[in-house]
Amino acid sequence: METAVTERGWNFKVKPARQSSEQHSSGAVRGTPAAGAAPRTLIQIRGLGLRYGEKAALEDIDLAIPQRRVTAFIGPSGCGKSTLLRCLNRMNDLVDDVRVTGEILLDGVNIYDRRTDVVALRQRVGMVFQKSNPFPKSIYDNVAYGLRIAGARRKNALDAAVEKSLKSAALWDEVTDRLRASALALSGGQQQRLCIARAIAVEPEVILMDEPCSALDPIATAKVESLIHELSQRYTIVIVTHNMQQAARVSDLTAFLYLGKLVEVGSTEKIFTARDKRETEDYITGRFG
Amino acid sequence: MKDFWKSGDPFVWLTGAMLALSLLMVTGLVTLVLVNGLGFFWPRGVERLVLDDGTVVVGEVSEREAIPAPDAPLGTPAEYRLQVKRGNRDVEGSDFLWIDEARIARRERPADVVVLERREWGNFYGEISALRQADRAVATGPAEAWAALEGRLSEALRLHEEIFSIEKGEIGANNHAQERLRLRLRGRELRGARDGAEIDAAHREIASLQAAYQQSVERLTRLRQGQNERLVATIAGGREVEIPLDKIVRAYRPNRMGAFAKAGFYATKLWEFVSADPRESNTEGGVFPAIFGTVMMVMIMSVLVTPLGIVAAVYLREYAKQGPFVSAVRIAVNNLAGVPSIVFGVFGVGFFIYTIGGTVDRWFFPEALPTPTFGTGGILWASLTLALLTVPVVIVATEEGLAAVPRGVREASLALAATKFETTWRVVLPAVLPSILTGLILAMARAAGEVAPLMITGVVKLAPALPLDGFFPFFHFERKFMHLGFHIYDVGFQSPNVDVARPMVYMTTVLLLTIVLFLNLTAILLRNRLRRRLQVSAV
Repeated sequence: METAVTERGWNFKVKPARQSSEQHSSGAVRGTPAAGAAPRTLIQIRGLGLRYGEKAALEDIDLAIPQRRVTAFIGPSGCGKSTLLRCLNRMNDLVDDVRVTGEILLDGVNIYDRRTDVVALRQRVGMVFQKSNPFPKSIYDNVAYGLRIAGARRKNALDAAVEKSLKSAALWDEVTDRLRASALALSGGQQQRLCIARAIAVEPEVILMDEPCSALDPIATAKVESLIHELSQRYTIVIVTHNMQQAARVSDLTAFLYLGKLVEVGSTEKIFTARDKRETEDYITGRFG
Repeated sequence: MKDFWKSGDPFVWLTGAMLALSLLMVTGLVTLVLVNGLGFFWPRGVERLVLDDGTVVVGEVSEREAIPAPDAPLGTPAEYRLQVKRGNRDVEGSDFLWIDEARIARRERPADVVVLERREWGNFYGEISALRQADRAVATGPAEAWAALEGRLSEALRLHEEIFSIEKGEIGANNHAQERLRLRLRGRELRGARDGAEIDAAHREIASLQAAYQQSVERLTRLRQGQNERLVATIAGGREVEIPLDKIVRAYRPNRMGAFAKAGFYATKLWEFVSADPRESNTEGGVFPAIFGTVMMVMIMSVLVTPLGIVAAVYLREYAKQGPFVSAVRIAVNNLAGVPSIVFGVFGVGFFIYTIGGTVDRWFFPEALPTPTFGTGGILWASLTLALLTVPVVIVATEEGLAAVPRGVREASLALAATKFETTWRVVLPAVLPSILTGLILAMARAAGEVAPLMITGVVKLAPALPLDGFFPFFHFERKFMHLGFHIYDVGFQSPNVDVARPMVYMTTVLLLTIVLFLNLTAILLRNRLRRRLQVSAV
């Protein structure tokens, strides 16, 4: 897996032309990573460490996240998988007393560079949270929020983008006649899909998902999972999950973290059938965690 | 016994009893105010009391009380005395009289007794015998005189109204224009210009205004000459007095009025109370300027305190690094609410009026000096002082609202590439609006009832003009104003005629309570609408 490292290309505002555009239409055939050409690495994590004050939460993580694939982080509670996820769009910046070492390269540019524009970074790396968190606004305003923040004002463009996003999030049919109703009136599963629609409305390249199904019932979970499956054709998805079956169902690549260290990473198939490490074995077979 | 205590029942009783006690005290207070206030405008029957020595007293019986007799042996039946409002202050010297019931030989209600509400000297009680125009008698005899009075009183009132409108409107506008020209001339003079076309024009304009003023004065004189009707009346005891018709506000014969007539009278009086200017050093007439001043002051205060409180709270909760310093600031803010309000008043005088107001005068109104424009008490300074007084309430309420906004919502906004400011402005603040309104409701209630700081920052007993009128720039923030709370104090404790004024105090209190209730209801309705819009469903 090779990465083209562009030095000092910190200006994320200039979006690199998305190589996806042709593949979009031609339909990048998705399969097991073994099948087809090896995917390009979009995010390269190198020697990443993170400390909350004195406490080390992540140590020396090296990981390559492939483009337009689903990468799952699994591991027991407190292993640092959410922290790692939040490093990818620098959400950890909000927490006091956090120190990050090492680097994360997005398209070869270190996002922890001093000169990185965090806002531009987050336009490229969207996020869906564990607990659905729609704004106390209408469904429409929720989806349009990110676009308006980015400066979109024309009603036609907004309408089209909202419709497209809601359709992509498989929510359009359920809310089409009540776009102006409060988003808080939706069910839990609908709210979570709304949050996904909100995240993809701004056309990010990467979507981070922090246990998106942990508060949902099995039916809603199934819907979100099939949605993830759909979205991975167009977006790079990184998902943190507690649920091993879910990781097995939705991801192409699985990384197992334990006590702040990356223990093992590989194709999901491999991790779930023929893992190398003892801890992984114990965790996946349910001996702890 | 121990089990009984443990069961928690006594605690429930205690809480219930305490709540009941609080409610009882509040309802007791409100009922007292309502009972004493609302009955005031109901016309009471006029009685004629003949005493054992042959003296006759005519008036309303306003109170009956036991005569204190500390030396009487126990068991002696109490003796009572009556308080009679006999009016006719111009003749008798006082409005009220105490009469021991034992001295009263006869009590009756003569039908022909007339009550005249006058512009000066309070009420007249007695009988009327004739109406004269100049030296000619228009009507003689009680019945004829009453009919003539009823016919002519409305004309007399209209005439009075016209004179008033000339004085206030025409002459007022003329004076206003002259004053502005004078100030403009003075301004030019200060800048060194002593002659020139512009200054000549201003002088000519002043001259023409003076001429117009003379014309107005002449018209006034003519109109006043038309006010030559007089009522001849007899007061109890047989003394005859003459009352000019233009001094009469209202005439009625309470002993002949039915319930409907009384209700109509009541409504008229009530309307006069809320819509008219005060008379007789505030003890009669209406309180409209005070209502207007109170509401306008609370509005200005709200406009000032809301942004101030919100911005301060946002900084404290969203931007400041939480630590001992911020905690200290927070404690200081909370304690600010405990500073005696008069201290805020003193600060208002020292800082707003003398420092800021004085500077504003020197920079922007030098032509008016040494008469201060903003360098003296005014509605703006009073509102600012109250804004300062109530800002802790808004800060605390807003902060609590901010603390209740879930972290997830903020993170969601930030993850959508919003900056912190955009997040605060577009997501957090809208969600906090109900809390802000709660703070504002509390602030308004406190501001509307505050008197002490206002007394030294711009409230007066009688303001010559409202702070909002037809003269450019319409809002006169530098003007002094009247206020219901101060009105209560003034009428109740500074009035020369406390017995007459007492019901006014209660009525003004009722009005102030109503206004506070109304302002609060508006804010509460607004808040509930916002809440419904932001309603959070349990997921």
